[in-house]
Amino acid sequence: MVQLTLPKNSKIRVGKIWDKPENSRSPRQFQIYRWDPEGDDNPRIDTYWIDENDCGPMVLDALIKIKNEIDPTLTFRRSCREGICGSCAMNIDGGNSLACIKGISEVKGAVKIYPLPHMSVIKDLVPDLTHFYAQHASVMPWLETRSNTPQDEWRQSADDRRHLDGLYECVMCACCSASCPSYWWNSDRYLGPAALLHAYRWLADSRDEAAGERLDDLEDPFRLYRCHTILNCADTCPKGLNPAKAIAEIKKKLVERTM
Amino acid sequence: MTYRTGYSRVAGLGSAREGVRHWWLQRLTSVALIPLSIPFVLIFGASLGQGRDIAIQAFGHPLAAVATILFLVAGFHHLQQGLQVVIEDYVLARRTATILHIINLMLCWAFAIVGIFAVARISFGLAG
Repeated sequence: MVQLTLPKNSKIRVGKIWDKPENSRSPRQFQIYRWDPEGDDNPRIDTYWIDENDCGPMVLDALIKIKNEIDPTLTFRRSCREGICGSCAMNIDGGNSLACIKGISEVKGAVKIYPLPHMSVIKDLVPDLTHFYAQHASVMPWLETRSNTPQDEWRQSADDRRHLDGLYECVMCACCSASCPSYWWNSDRYLGPAALLHAYRWLADSRDEAAGERLDDLEDPFRLYRCHTILNCADTCPKGLNPAKAIAEIKKKLVERTM
Repeated sequence: MTYRTGYSRVAGLGSAREGVRHWWLQRLTSVALIPLSIPFVLIFGASLGQGRDIAIQAFGHPLAAVATILFLVAGFHHLQQGLQVVIEDYVLARRTATILHIINLMLCWAFAIVGIFAVARISFGLAG
C-alpha cells in the first residue's frame, strides 16, 4: 500500500538554532531542512535569522545571504535568479515555488523551506531529478518529422504558433510534478504533469509529424491516466502554466482518434 | 541493486496502448447515471417499507424494470471502473493489486447480474 509515514531514518529532528543578529531592525526567521548524505544523522531543521533590511527581497536572496554570511554548508541549486532556469525550485511556506521569484514578504511568520516533496534528496535542498529528466526525455521533446527537410525552415503560421503559448514557457523546475499526489504515489510509471505538458507542447505543434506515435506511447493507464485533475500542478506552477489543461487536451485527442 | 538507466526505468515495458476506452466509458456512465438515478430512486423510494407485494408491483412494470436494469448496468460498470482506479492509485504491490482487480471485477459483475436477474424475475411474473 501507499506509505503515509516517513521511515525512521527520514524523520525530521530539531537542528541547530543560530543566533539572532544583534541590533537588527527587521529580524526574520528561516527554518530550513538540512540533510547530509555523508553521515548517519536524520534530517533536521536548522533555524537562521537574517535582517530583512539588509537582504534582497526574494527567498533566494536570503538563502544566498545565509550561505555567504552564516552557514557555508547550506546546499541549494540556483543559477539565473530570475525565474528562467528553474534551478531553485523548492518547497517554501508549504508550496512549491522558485526561490528567486518568491518574495520573502509573501510569507507570514517564519519562512519554512524544504526540498521538493516526495523526491530523493541529494543534500539539503537539492533533489535528485534523474528520473524526472528521463521522463521528459521519454516524450520525445523535439520536432519529429517524416517529410524531407525543407531548404530554409519548417514554416509555421502565426495562428499555429499561438497554440504553443502556455506550453513552451515551462522551465522544467519540477514544482508541478512534485506537488501532484498521483505523482507521489506512482512516479515510477506516471509521467507527471511536467513531462505531459511537454508531450502536449509537441502534439500541439503544427510542424510535428508524429502525433500518432506520440499518442500511442502516451495511451497507458499509468503514463497518462493517473492524472485525476487534482490541479495542484496548475496551482503551484511558478510560471502560471496549466499542465492539467494540457493533459486534458491529450485525453481529448485520444478520444478524438477513436470516434 | 540494479544499474538500469533512468530512461530504461521510465520506458519500462512500454505503453499498454489502452486506457482511452476506460476513461471514455467512465465519463459516459457517470453522465448516464444522472438521469438513470432519478427513476431508480423514485421507484425504490416509493416501495421502501411498503411490503413485498407493493415492491413486486413497482418493479414489475416494464418501464420500471428497464430503467432499473439500465441503472444497474451503468452503476456497477462505473463502480468497477472507479474501484479499479483506486486500486491502481493506492495498491503499489503488483501481486496484491492483481488479486484485488480480479475480486473487484467478479464482485461488481456478480452484483449486477444478481440485480438484473431479480428485476427480470419480478418483471416476467416469476416472483410469485
